[in-house]
Amino acid sequence: MSEQRHDVRLTVNGVTREAAVPARRLLSDFLRHDLGLTGTHVGCEHGVCGACTVLLDGEPVRSCLLLAVTVDGHQVTTVEGLGTVEDMHPVQQAFRECHGLQCGFCTPGFLTTVAAYLDENPDPTEAEAREAVSGNLCRCTGYQNIVASVLRAAEITRERDAR
Amino acid sequence: MKPSPFAWSAPTSLDEALTVLTRVGGDGKVLAGGQSLLPILNMRLAAPGHLVDINRLTELAYVRVVDGSVVVGALARHAAVERDDPAYGVQPLLRQALQLVAHPVIRNRGTTVGSIAHADPSGEMTAVLALTGGSVQVASGDSRRDVAAADFFAGPLESCLVPGELAVSATFPSFAPGSGTTFVEVARRHGDYAVCGLAAVVTVADGVVTSARAAYVSVAPTPLVLDLTDAVAGAEAGGADWAAAGDLAGEQVDPEPDIHASADYRRHLVRVLTARALAEAAGRAAA
Repeated sequence: MSEQRHDVRLTVNGVTREAAVPARRLLSDFLRHDLGLTGTHVGCEHGVCGACTVLLDGEPVRSCLLLAVTVDGHQVTTVEGLGTVEDMHPVQQAFRECHGLQCGFCTPGFLTTVAAYLDENPDPTEAEAREAVSGNLCRCTGYQNIVASVLRAAEITRERDAR
Repeated sequence: MKPSPFAWSAPTSLDEALTVLTRVGGDGKVLAGGQSLLPILNMRLAAPGHLVDINRLTELAYVRVVDGSVVVGALARHAAVERDDPAYGVQPLLRQALQLVAHPVIRNRGTTVGSIAHADPSGEMTAVLALTGGSVQVASGDSRRDVAAADFFAGPLESCLVPGELAVSATFPSFAPGSGTTFVEVARRHGDYAVCGLAAVVTVADGVVTSARAAYVSVAPTPLVLDLTDAVAGAEAGGADWAAAGDLAGEQVDPEPDIHASADYRRHLVRVLTARALAEAAGRAAA
């Protein structure tokens, strides 16, 4: 007996995407397998590591702890939607400048988490920056540079706004 | 690390949800925020036959102040409860506890009523419900019942809800005027489940302590409420013997050891954290 499929239509990075998937399809797998958006990484699949963080209607959430069917009709922003090589998001530029990544596996989750955080808290202290990324794990443990990247991203945002 | 197959319904009204829950009975499991349920499904620790997804019941996504209590609907996310200023004004313990519930990203999705229905003995909101003497509003078919916190938690991860029932809201009463509150806990890592934690409330009248109570997580199968007033009643709020209250609490707990902490260490934490929390709560009560 084949599993029943449900039509799921999402706006992903501004583009309407749809696929028919089983109810048990995680949003993380929907993005990667059904839509081919492999920028969202999957680490622990139980909400601990934060690598799969995406923005759901602008708010950061764990895509491995959501069913694709649940978020039918909503808007999702993945790391692919933050910026481009030519026009990087301030957070992406900051992580590059500050060497805020080593192997890069955890990076998509950090970028989405930090982008959403800075929208609400544009001028964090170092302690606040550390708290902001406390739900994301980096097994290379480059946290010093990640925290520096958060602070630099806030700076870049201000610089761009001033222009 | 993927859920096993299940049937899925996404009702769009409370009536429809209750009809589905009645139909699927013991096979059914309610999916709200899913921040505890999805890990359990992903790890295949549970394999319910039918998920009833209540994320379209926007009628239940509310935080209200009613008659001096905060009423939280089943679809109110932790983050919404945490940010709600009127709720904070009535029952500050909500925000104080929610800041310790996992991480902000989890709180964007997880629901307060869901975490209570999950009945995890380390869940902060279970202790808040217990300490405030709150209740859970339960619906099934055409019937409604109101379950007091003291009767709601049956054991670890076990509530008194029976198949077909939905926890529609939770009610958190305010404390008496002159009360101060706090939530403190010790966890292995920031955002982890607490090894020991407690919600505390101290009531002060004319500078003198009249009541000191606490509710504990991670030291008993269900949230444990202790009245510690005897150790500090009549003392000045600024100079009460909070350590004595901590010792009194330590005598009354019987924690289990696990991989993270021995029973002795947990009891030690009960003593130390109780003294710390009550002093802080008293400071806020007197302020």
